[in-house]
Amino acid sequence: MVARDKFNRAFDGFFIWWALKFRAFILEVGALSRFGLHGYRLFFTKPYRWSELVTHMEFIGNKSVGIILMSGFFTGIALAYQIYLGFKMVNATSLVGPTVGMGVTRELGPVLTGLIVAARAGGAMTARLGSMRVTEQIDALEVMGVNPLQYLVSPRLLAAVIVMPLLTGIFDFAAMFGCWLICIKLLGMDEASFFDRTYLWLEPYHINEGLFKAAVFGLFFAVICTHRGFYTKGGAEGVGAATNRGVVLSMVMVIASDFFLTSFINMFYAVFGMNNWK
Amino acid sequence: MEVVEIHDQPPSAISIKDLKKSFDGREFVLNGMTLEIPKGRITVMIGYSGTGKSVLLKHILGLLKPTSGSIKIFDQEITQMTVEELTKLRNKFGMLFQYAALFDDMTALENVAFPLKEHRRELSKTKMVEIARARLKESGLDEKHYGKLPSEMSGGMRKRVGLARALALDPEILVYDEPTTGLDPVLTEMVDNLIVSTHNLRQGTTSVVVSHDLYAAFRIADHVVMLDSGRVLLHGTPQDFLNSDIDLVKRFVAKGVRKELQVHEGQNGNGTRSVE
Repeated sequence: MVARDKFNRAFDGFFIWWALKFRAFILEVGALSRFGLHGYRLFFTKPYRWSELVTHMEFIGNKSVGIILMSGFFTGIALAYQIYLGFKMVNATSLVGPTVGMGVTRELGPVLTGLIVAARAGGAMTARLGSMRVTEQIDALEVMGVNPLQYLVSPRLLAAVIVMPLLTGIFDFAAMFGCWLICIKLLGMDEASFFDRTYLWLEPYHINEGLFKAAVFGLFFAVICTHRGFYTKGGAEGVGAATNRGVVLSMVMVIASDFFLTSFINMFYAVFGMNNWK
Repeated sequence: MEVVEIHDQPPSAISIKDLKKSFDGREFVLNGMTLEIPKGRITVMIGYSGTGKSVLLKHILGLLKPTSGSIKIFDQEITQMTVEELTKLRNKFGMLFQYAALFDDMTALENVAFPLKEHRRELSKTKMVEIARARLKESGLDEKHYGKLPSEMSGGMRKRVGLARALALDPEILVYDEPTTGLDPVLTEMVDNLIVSTHNLRQGTTSVVVSHDLYAAFRIADHVVMLDSGRVLLHGTPQDFLNSDIDLVKRFVAKGVRKELQVHEGQNGNGTRSVE
């Protein structure tokens, strides 16, 4: 009887623990959604923050170009070489170009760009807003009659969504250049066949899919990182903890949402027809 | 609460009635506070840590909503105001934060010009710079520091820039949140003098200073308010404060005197007491 009671208590405790975790998750998603929606809405109310938008686009975009080019180039080289080794066994090396192209534009481009930019710019966003919070700069804005959400958060949210597809485009280009370099210049494949097959198989809607995903990843990491930074508590230690949590959660969201986004986009194409989106 | 009758009391700039604030629904940080802050005077709020000074300040600025009670700023009830109405009202306030809270990516001049850029959009850029320079001059910052970032400035310089920024929009109420905490005695005196000279230059401005520093309170205050357990323990002139029979006030005064003596002994280095 005692053993049974113990088991029942443990069983209840397990479910209560999961219920509390689930409740906390739902509340967190609710808070993030409200924060994001409010942030976007405020951008389109007066006073408009165009100069801040350009500043943050420059920070998220322009300052990430170097790292995106490097990452894209080496991703393209590595992926092309691995696929070449596999396809050589079935004598299909002419398909390396389109395979890399599809893999990069649909998946690797947006996901790796999302991860890199979330770590670089997202981390910087959280740290900046967090340090402004703990040094009372956000309070100072409020006392001055400036809405801190509109001044600090809204331009960052919009900038991330605008810039992410552009960076993904750069990543895709660098990866395809790396692929071309290794296939044609190092492995001695036929250049005409490489381009012919790539044009044949790689469709514009593959690229659109990746660019759309990139914009959504931009939305996710910008909302998460600015939210974490904006509500930072507890001095320098709090800023460090908020930055850590913001970056980790953003990266997990990018990877986890990728599957759902892919399913959603394929469903969309299935309903409305792919040819309409070429 | 002991409220000493103050003669020639001017009308109130800030009127607080039965203000209560609880964050968790059980303990009250502000517990039925009633207070009148007179217009055009320097009122210093003192009290031990955790007595509700900062929470009261945040309520006055509309940054926190009370659990119950009323706050009137120039006869306007602010507890029921919308965010837009509060934003408009805050233009009447200028605030010097404890560590100045300067925007660290802006120079001294840009920090002071910022409120003008936000609220006086009709002004030309040249005019904004002109006003910002005038405010910095008024707060006593040397012109060669105008282009410096906050990270390149000393604590005293930052306070001056913070004050200049607070003055940028010609506020009717100036709020100082622990302006001398963490400063050495020389800088403390400099900041106190700055508060008084600013007040004298801008007749009619209401100054509210939250401080731990008892001697600063006596140097600058027209009125002293002592808080305890979320209520007003004493409200009167500095002299009323010194003559008070309330035990807690006496202990606060005694501790303040002892601390000041230690500071001055340390400063003189020869043990000579410079405070009577």
